[in-house]
Amino acid sequence: MTSLRGQVAIVGAADTRVGKVPEFSATQLCVDAALRALADAGIGKDQVDGLITCNSMAEPHMYHAEMIAEYLQIFPRFCMTAAAGGGTAFAVLQHAASAIVTGVCETVVISMADSLRTGLTREQAMVIQSSAGHKQFETPFGPTVPAFYALIAQAHMAAYGTTPEQLAAVAVACRRHAGRNPTAQMRDPISIDDVLESRLIADPLHLLDCSLVSDGGSAIVLTRADRATDFPHDPVYLLGVGEGHGHEHISQARSLTTSAAVDAGRRAYQMAGVGPGDIDVAGIYDCFTPVVLVELEDLGFCKKGEAGAFVADGGLDLGGPLPTNTHGGLLSHCHPGNPGSMYHLTECIAQLRRQAGDRQVADAEVALVHAQGGVMSSHCTLILGRET
Amino acid sequence: MSGHEDKLLPTPSPETTPFWAGCREHKLLVQRCSACGHHQFYPRILCTECASDRVDWVEATGRGKVKSFTIVRRPVTAAYADETPYVIALIELDEGPTLMSNVVQCDVDTVRIGMPVAVSFEAWSDDITMPLFRPVV
Repeated sequence: MTSLRGQVAIVGAADTRVGKVPEFSATQLCVDAALRALADAGIGKDQVDGLITCNSMAEPHMYHAEMIAEYLQIFPRFCMTAAAGGGTAFAVLQHAASAIVTGVCETVVISMADSLRTGLTREQAMVIQSSAGHKQFETPFGPTVPAFYALIAQAHMAAYGTTPEQLAAVAVACRRHAGRNPTAQMRDPISIDDVLESRLIADPLHLLDCSLVSDGGSAIVLTRADRATDFPHDPVYLLGVGEGHGHEHISQARSLTTSAAVDAGRRAYQMAGVGPGDIDVAGIYDCFTPVVLVELEDLGFCKKGEAGAFVADGGLDLGGPLPTNTHGGLLSHCHPGNPGSMYHLTECIAQLRRQAGDRQVADAEVALVHAQGGVMSSHCTLILGRET
Repeated sequence: MSGHEDKLLPTPSPETTPFWAGCREHKLLVQRCSACGHHQFYPRILCTECASDRVDWVEATGRGKVKSFTIVRRPVTAAYADETPYVIALIELDEGPTLMSNVVQCDVDTVRIGMPVAVSFEAWSDDITMPLFRPVV
């Protein structure tokens, strides 16, 4: 069986402006991201023969990727719209890599964008996102998205003694990173007390345990590894990828404290031939603080139940054992919805290219990025490296 | 039942109509597999344990415990504002299946994981009666 290990490389990566970007629609942001990534790769749109996008909540299209291709006037051989929530961006890398390795296409642009901040009212954004619940057996009771994740936090606290202070430490670490990133939406330092004193949204989650609501786009260019040195920047190779799918609705979860990140991580590590101890820098999906704790444990960075202490002891900081979300994450950099995990990816690409400036992790060779979508439902782990 | 009409009410489908009909009669129905005895919720055309298609509706005891919960301080829509803060909980029924509901008829700050609860029906419209849960004292 052919492995995808080392077969494809990311040769272009770029983000649009993020935060409040009212002058661009979600469609424009998606196109802008693609054009920026192509410019980063030093190629033109006519060299793209594969396109993957995710749909937008603010400006949805029936056939989104087709519409973006039409807008760009490109005519790809491979064109798909993905929808797996926050896990969207990474899961499609597996499809894109497979398409390249099997010769379906050669150069794929993955571009994702949305305008949750200025393209929707707050009420619209809340209702659309909470539609992740089961329409008959969850939604009528009035759960919000923070409430879904609060169920996970409460279960983790009850099982392992995790504290609100430890949850808050995730938000504080991400904000510290964002302070070094000029593009981050929220950069002022925060303390544990700031998090705990912010408004309770759904116990135990405070406002600052919740990610941002943003506009923004981000894109990468993926091609065959044997072409990867023909581009302006150091290539970043795909070493491992794995998915895990546990449920769609949180009321159907087999466990609230262990997720299908276990399966995604195991599959990715196995393909890459590395383990948690080999990872120099990480991007861990952080829509709400408890998600980071569960994922750190499920991906093997600490034992089950110990992630709270790991984070509180500086585990995610620059110079710590696992510098994580060095761009600021969804908690402090930006979160435009489905595209959210793209920024963890473009940040890890910047780290492996050694272009991360003040927040550069010294000698970063291997990165892991993990995203989840739904309510801890669909998981995807990527392992990336400077060398095959 | 005033005040519930604008909530995000369920629309029964062919597969779930018996469940909602049961709620109207204050009966909490789940499926039981007559091949292996497994109970499941939500309803399906197969038993998720043994894949048998012999799944039948049975009345559950309506008793269970809180598997996890949260107190929602900011309602999902204005239609839920009157009872905010409200409890969203996952209830593990004595028969095994887990379902989402509200824990009602108590101070929200007294809800705990592991707390024993029992179903308590509440009509939210002419067609829809919701299975809510209250603490068992």
